[in-house]
Amino acid sequence: MVRFLLSKLLYLIPTFLGITIVAFGFVRILPGDPVLLMAGERGVSPERHAELSAQLGFDKPLVMQYLDFLGRLLQGDLGNSLVTKRPVLDEFLALFPATLELGLCAIIIATLIGVPVGVLAAIKRGSWFDQVSMTSALVGFSMPIFWWGLLLIIFFSGYLGWTPVSGRISLMYYFPEGTGFMLIDSLMSGQDGAFASAVSHLILPSIVLATIPLAVIARQTRSAMLEVMGEDYVRTARAKGMPSRRVIGVHALRNAMIPVVTTIGLQIGVLIAGAILTETIFSWPGIGKWMIDSISRRDYPVVQSGLLLIAGLVMLVNLLVDLTYGLINPRIRAT
Amino acid sequence: MKYLSHGLLAVSALALTTAFAEAKTFVYCSEASPEGFDPSPYTAGTTFDASGHPIYNRLTEFKKGTTEIEPGLAESWEVSEDGTEYTFKLRQGVKFHSNDRFTPTRDFNADDVVFSFQRQGDPNHPWHQYIPGITYEYYTSMDMPNLVKSVEKIDDYTVKFTLNRPEAPFLANIAMPFASIVSKEYADTLEAAGAKEGLNNAPIGTGPFRFVAYQKDAVIRYQKNADYWGEAPKIDDLIFAITPDPSVRLQKLKAGECHLMPYPSPADLESIRADDSLKLDEQPGLNVGYLAYNTTVAPFDNPKVRKALNMAINKEAIIDAVFQGAAEPAKNPIPPTMWSYNEAVEDDPYDPEAAKAMLEEEGVTDLSMNIWAMPVQRPYMPNARRTAELMQEDLSKVGVNAEIVSYEWGEYLQKSMEAGRDGAVILGWTGDNGDPDNFLSVLLSCDAAKEGGANRAFWCNEEFSDLLQQAKVTSEQAERTKLYEQAQVIFKEQAPWLTIAHSTQYVPMRAEVTGFVMSPLGDFTFENVDLAE
Repeated sequence: MVRFLLSKLLYLIPTFLGITIVAFGFVRILPGDPVLLMAGERGVSPERHAELSAQLGFDKPLVMQYLDFLGRLLQGDLGNSLVTKRPVLDEFLALFPATLELGLCAIIIATLIGVPVGVLAAIKRGSWFDQVSMTSALVGFSMPIFWWGLLLIIFFSGYLGWTPVSGRISLMYYFPEGTGFMLIDSLMSGQDGAFASAVSHLILPSIVLATIPLAVIARQTRSAMLEVMGEDYVRTARAKGMPSRRVIGVHALRNAMIPVVTTIGLQIGVLIAGAILTETIFSWPGIGKWMIDSISRRDYPVVQSGLLLIAGLVMLVNLLVDLTYGLINPRIRAT
Repeated sequence: MKYLSHGLLAVSALALTTAFAEAKTFVYCSEASPEGFDPSPYTAGTTFDASGHPIYNRLTEFKKGTTEIEPGLAESWEVSEDGTEYTFKLRQGVKFHSNDRFTPTRDFNADDVVFSFQRQGDPNHPWHQYIPGITYEYYTSMDMPNLVKSVEKIDDYTVKFTLNRPEAPFLANIAMPFASIVSKEYADTLEAAGAKEGLNNAPIGTGPFRFVAYQKDAVIRYQKNADYWGEAPKIDDLIFAITPDPSVRLQKLKAGECHLMPYPSPADLESIRADDSLKLDEQPGLNVGYLAYNTTVAPFDNPKVRKALNMAINKEAIIDAVFQGAAEPAKNPIPPTMWSYNEAVEDDPYDPEAAKAMLEEEGVTDLSMNIWAMPVQRPYMPNARRTAELMQEDLSKVGVNAEIVSYEWGEYLQKSMEAGRDGAVILGWTGDNGDPDNFLSVLLSCDAAKEGGANRAFWCNEEFSDLLQQAKVTSEQAERTKLYEQAQVIFKEQAPWLTIAHSTQYVPMRAEVTGFVMSPLGDFTFENVDLAE
């Protein structure tokens, strides 16, 4: 297991270096530069432009800028935002818990609903349940997130008044930030109703963010189950007279879980992409909205370091997924 | 109390809601996050709404709802004969706010004024670069480094500004948020504690509201400044709930999660008007949207050709289709709410027949041109692409073949200022300080017609520029008005632009909100608001 882990970690180094290049290059390939955007309609004289660019270090050749970036990165310095002038890492740490909280809720919803639906659809293949659930999954998968979010807000918050429109907690609750996770902080605050308020604020954004992963997981679970249920060992188990519940629960599901776990792991990337829109609709102060704002302002340090942090996280999750395979199926550990 | 309570927690929260309502809380659904809380290094209106306006004051202030100057932290001032020396008498007994690391030991005085300006103007000042990478772009772009020679303390309550040249808009410049007065004593305290960045993230000012907390991209909290030197705010707590999407802001307003919101989508105006729990304030914005010809390139160097093109384009149709009626057609480069607006100027009529004849008279046939459509939405131009399409259609009727081009925003701004640029550019301007000079000199003077300026018509008319220069060194507003009125006549004759529209600003709010005054400068300020029972 240790060797397995080490070999996986070793792969991460070149991947990580590759990501630094992509992250650094991406925002610079986009046309436009931050100094011009800051000046806006008023314009900026060529002298002032040169002065500001020099101050920000943009006058150096790109290779030098990249090496600077890498050098500072090795010292743990991710740079400062051009807009807020605050360290990128501080901003990330302030915003990330909100995204994580929302993302976890979404993935839990997607898994808890998606896996059973997929299994049931596979067992009752061709039934009305199979057809309805798989059609819904297809619709969910193709749902324009922004429209979907707004629709839910207008119906549940506007028309029915069941849920708050946006934000993380009702504004009447005010307590210092602790962990950054509103569910935990609101519980610890001891204020009456704070936790309920935080939960109520999480419902709609979690549903919106869970929509696409839920659809993908349900479909993947169904097809993995169908495949496994056609295997010889399942037929053998059935032939031996093993109860159906045990055949499906132990023999089929356990083997079908491997592609499903991969899918769930891959949804982390999808979640971050979805978080960009979901956070914008629900005024959720997370990293998705932060990245979008920074890209439109060409805030180079935030975009490059932010991408790096996000990519690092996705890599970490993928590593965890690889390790999970080992737990589910010992044969993978050996290879 | 329907507002600020909702479904799932209505019952459990009832007691608290009542307590909450007793301390009068006003919630503003703002459109974006502030860049920081030191008003001087930033340029975004959103930042000023969150920092300069609630937390700080300036020597001079804009009278509410107008662009007129009134005394602020300066009670009075005197201007020397030659217009280069401004001596300000400061208000006494003005208290700075306090927070957990600072309690002021003295009142506001001349040291604070000198500090607030020197830190911006003097590159060697210890507070100039108190955060690495910080710059003072507004101070620079208002040409203050070249304008201000010195800022001196005469005594504790007298400050003298010496200028390098007379400049009538100076009093309006220092009423702008970048010229907010910060506490020197607080800066000293922060420096001693090795926490200089506190000036930007834990602001201390003299304004109507005291900063309490900011949760990035989510909520800003303020409390009423009980010691405010002016009329004390009527609300106890002010909260900004940052809500970037306009449709979501409206839903929050309807649900009672906030009391007032900026920038509704034009498509929502009807439903706002129809809702009894809401009301809608409107006023013409201090802006202009225009199409700037390149007056240095043939045939656009001929004023008659420019006029003919102006006559070929149907502005009313653009206002209907693009602004959805929320604008008025522009005939002058400055908006009608601005003093010195020349009512007497007559707009070029929409007359394609005459336009076509004029073009033929000037020997212009088979003209092909580019129309530049900006890629972003601005208050003065909700949809440049659509506008360009309408223009294209109109121009084709007079035999002009127009192609639409566009670039990324930063590139657009840069390329449209390159000498010899091909085509006419759609752009606009929103005023900074309500002074006509801030439109006319910035956008149309000879000085601005070079790289780094903003005169995208490259129009340099000596007579026009002379009038502006004269007006700039004249302090009497009545005289300045005459000069600007004359300048507008020349502008119309020469037609360097097609003046498109002045868009209307809308502010939806809940019916119980009282006392909100719209600012022609587009600021959102809340010291006068109240909530009716």
